[in-house]
Amino acid sequence: MLQIKVLGPGCANCKRLEQLTRQEVEKLGLAADIEKVTDYGQIMAYGVMSTPGLVINSQVVSYGRIPTNQEIVNWLNAAQSQAELP
Amino acid sequence: MNSEKLTLPSPPRSGWQLPALVGLLALLWLLIWQQLQPLADWLTYSLIGLQPDTRLGESVNFFLYDVPKILLLLSGMIFLVTIVRSFFSPERTRAALGGRREGIGNVLAAGLGVLTPFCSCSAVPLFIGFVESGIPLGVTFSFLIATPVINEVALAMLFGLFGWQVAGLYLSTGLVIAIVGGIIIGRLRPERYVEDFVWQVQVGQQAGVTYKPTWDDRIREAGRSTKEIVGKVWPYVVIGIAIGAAIHGYVPEDFLAGIMGSDTWWSVPAAVLLGIPLYSNAAGVIPIVYALMEKGAALGTVLAFMMSVVALSLPEMLILKRVIKMRLIMIFIGIVALAIIFTGYLFNLVVG
Repeated sequence: MLQIKVLGPGCANCKRLEQLTRQEVEKLGLAADIEKVTDYGQIMAYGVMSTPGLVINSQVVSYGRIPTNQEIVNWLNAAQSQAELP
Repeated sequence: MNSEKLTLPSPPRSGWQLPALVGLLALLWLLIWQQLQPLADWLTYSLIGLQPDTRLGESVNFFLYDVPKILLLLSGMIFLVTIVRSFFSPERTRAALGGRREGIGNVLAAGLGVLTPFCSCSAVPLFIGFVESGIPLGVTFSFLIATPVINEVALAMLFGLFGWQVAGLYLSTGLVIAIVGGIIIGRLRPERYVEDFVWQVQVGQQAGVTYKPTWDDRIREAGRSTKEIVGKVWPYVVIGIAIGAAIHGYVPEDFLAGIMGSDTWWSVPAAVLLGIPLYSNAAGVIPIVYALMEKGAALGTVLAFMMSVVALSLPEMLILKRVIKMRLIMIFIGIVALAIIFTGYLFNLVVG
């Protein structure tokens, strides 16, 4: 189960990132828990100063921009194959 | 935190196709740019068949010349600005500002405020991030003032309608307002007005990924933001220019010299007040203002009005309420408004 967090107070860019992520997770058919983090303290705890940020399995993979679909797919696949290692 | 790092696949290298496409579009851009006036003349006087030197003819010609011109300029400007900004980031700006003294710090912050890509919803995390890394509040405010005051849409439209001198004046006075405003706020012991929780936020280790965009990435991002911004503002541009065209053709010369001329002392503060509710509508306001200036409105009054439209946007300032007390927001607004009024008087005095 992937733990995915979208960091952002709720602006248009943050919503788009969340939507994109959900879409790609669904396409890949992954089991994932996607959470939207809007609390500034929590966002800052990840060291992210420019939103939106994307966190997969507690690692920040991107912030301050909307990544491309391909990038999101790559990150998801990387995280998934890492999780499947014994 | 996960001890194992995700191994992120490296991005593909840039090809030649996208840069070539950009070159081709730039060429096309220049070609159309050079034919704007003949094209507008042909459309107005040959195709529609209006007479030159008539009111309707002048108005329609103004409209058909300025709409494509401004849209071209806007697209070119936003594309270029996005490419330039792709070399900056809030994280790098914070690193550059860390440990700077007041003064030089304010100058740097104002400059970086123009160049750093920044969405207003990042204002709060950015503020906390700056405070946490020990950047003085006055310097932080120079950054926060410069970001909205110098607006690329307004800059492109000023350049297109008024020429590079007025665009340059706008850019430089905007920077001065940000620098001086930040220094003044820094002197008012603003720490008193920062919400307590800000000092207690634990900022995590700087997120580990460093994003190094390729040229393809920069071009794609620039194309995307150009499409997005132009797609959002073009109706205002068209409506603004239509109103401007009507004023251009039908309002008598010097009609406004009495109320918006440089001899009317109250016109500058009135223009600033009027600009506040029109926030984020620079695209529609500037062509109207341009036409007003032809009819005798003074440059300083006009500049003050435009700065007020772009800089004093209440919803964006109120976002900061999460981190600073209302008192400081009022001071912030007050100082920026006073600075704009001062700029207006100064230009009316010098130019008018």
